[in-house]
Amino acid sequence: MAGARRRKIALACLLGFLVLLPPVALAAGEPFYVSLFTRILITALAAASLNLILGFGGMVSFGHAAFVGIGGYVVGIAFVHASDGTLFLGLLPGTVSGFVVLPLAMIVAGLVALPIGAICLRTTGISFIMITLAFAQMLYYLMISLRRYNGQDGIAVWQRSELPWPIDLDDRMSFYYVALAVLLAFLYGTHRMVNSRFGRVLRAAKDNERRVRALGFHAYRYKLAAFVIAGAAAGLSGALLVNSTGFVGPSYLEWHRSGDLIVMVVLGGVGTLFGPVLGAGALMLLEEFIPELLNGLADGLGEHWKIFLGPILILIVLYARRGLMGLVDGSLGGSLLRRLRPEPPPGKPPRRRR
Amino acid sequence: MTAPLLQAVGLTKRFGGLVANDAIDLGVSEGQVHAVIGPNGAGKTTLLAQLNGELKPDRGTIHFDGRDITALPTATRARLGLARSFQITSVFASFSAVDNVALAVQGQERHSFRFWRDASGDPALAEPAERALERVGLADRSHVPASALAHGQKRQLELAMALAMRPKLLLLDEPMAGMGVEESAAMVTLLAGLKAEVPILLVEHDMDAVFALADQITVLLHGRVIASGPPAEIRRNAEVREAYLGEDAAAGDG
Ligand SMILES: Nc1ncnc2c1ncn2[C@@H]1O[C@H](COP(=O)(O)OP(=O)(O)O)[C@@H](O)[C@H]1O
Ligand SMILES: [Mg+2]
Repeated sequence: MAGARRRKIALACLLGFLVLLPPVALAAGEPFYVSLFTRILITALAAASLNLILGFGGMVSFGHAAFVGIGGYVVGIAFVHASDGTLFLGLLPGTVSGFVVLPLAMIVAGLVALPIGAICLRTTGISFIMITLAFAQMLYYLMISLRRYNGQDGIAVWQRSELPWPIDLDDRMSFYYVALAVLLAFLYGTHRMVNSRFGRVLRAAKDNERRVRALGFHAYRYKLAAFVIAGAAAGLSGALLVNSTGFVGPSYLEWHRSGDLIVMVVLGGVGTLFGPVLGAGALMLLEEFIPELLNGLADGLGEHWKIFLGPILILIVLYARRGLMGLVDGSLGGSLLRRLRPEPPPGKPPRRRR
Repeated sequence: MTAPLLQAVGLTKRFGGLVANDAIDLGVSEGQVHAVIGPNGAGKTTLLAQLNGELKPDRGTIHFDGRDITALPTATRARLGLARSFQITSVFASFSAVDNVALAVQGQERHSFRFWRDASGDPALAEPAERALERVGLADRSHVPASALAHGQKRQLELAMALAMRPKLLLLDEPMAGMGVEESAAMVTLLAGLKAEVPILLVEHDMDAVFALADQITVLLHGRVIASGPPAEIRRNAEVREAYLGEDAAAGDG
């Protein structure tokens, strides 16, 4: 298929761009871009983890940022105790060892996702959206209430997680490649997963859960497993994000962060492997540069540029389900045309009922 | 006679004020095709949904293969060998025909928490799936996306999926709905051939098919069983003729 070929070429270009970006940016004297793209890659990991449940499992979680925040707080809290020498809950010492905090962030986020998913997945559709949002808000207020960890103000994490040589998160370039490697590893894992037995059940349940049950699958368990895996990956994204920004606070768990993740997935292409990466890149680059551009045109316009994002997203949902990935593999034009032309009637099956 | 493979007693299901199934008793034995007929809205689909666990009965019990399955969830019943095909075709549109059936094969494995290996290359799934497709006459369509199949082929695919579950009992909800004359005839032949292997509870509107296949017929009207017995008896039953069979039965008799 031409689409598949175009996609391969486009992805090769994207990979080449991502691999070459740091040396080029540094040579050009623009280290800022390395940091910006590090954050983009880390956020893309969160978006990709949401895409696992939203895109492949049909679970529209509106609370995914909560798991990013949990992962971030694991790093932050471990740092606080490491720096003042106190014990967490009077039991555990703090640490800045990446070998400890990064896996721990995943485990804790996954463990938090387990009961939340277990409850939320009793519902579907709008109820699921609302209840995931409700849980995320609960966690948000919980973090605000943590006085020991500065409540609303959050934690300044001025020491990055330590990893063995040659990896050094204090080095821009090194950190960038860690983020890239983690993202690619997760995407490859997702690719394996969606084509495995597990992934087939998940994708089929998105189509028709009732039918999946009638085939002998306890659909709930599979969806819950996906929810927990996605939560754990989001936790890792949060842990990396804290390292990149040097800060974690309740703002990580704000509902509009969850909304942004959904926007990234939809913009990039729901249920496509690389869509969330494109979506995260597009949204974050727009966020970075559009306000400045627009403010140049008219004062104050820059603050409100997201007004334009809404209609674009609606158009994507209506006409281009594969989002930016649709642009890449050329299916966008096709699906638009099909939309505009009425479908030929599918040839009524002959009826033979009395 | 030994106890029937499936025995429902007093199955009752209400939707608000509507009694969709009213104290239905029904049994299916090994080697049998038991047809359930009745006009639209009689409660046939509701009955199948209760039998496969999609709907919880308000009252009544279901025994299957020697155990009480009344409280078991749908998935567990499916794994015990209760395979239902749906009236509204519900194959997975984005999967190919063979992948649809492979999923049915997979449903009988111990679990599917296998995250790494590519399922499409696995002969443990593909081979039984291809065999089931061959049985229903879809072997040459196996790699076509289910959404691109003709209506009659989707009905065949539904049946292939049910067969791939290695069922002890087939619950078929109008397998011939919307099929052409030839397709229906082929389906009757196919079901007749299956009879020796697996008993069938057949909900069907096509009276020719029902009388060609059934050993036992139960007639539903307004959620209630108004008659049950061998085909010849049902044909003769005045109430049934009046309520439902009408012209068809008279013509068949003539
Ligand atoms: N989920 C439901 N909620 C409310 N009413 C229902 C539901 N399912 C079926 N019914 C009603 O129950 C009656 C029996 O329906 P059904 O079992 O589908 O009949 P049949 O399959 O014999 O045509 C109909 O009057 C139908 O409208
Ligand atoms: Mg029906």
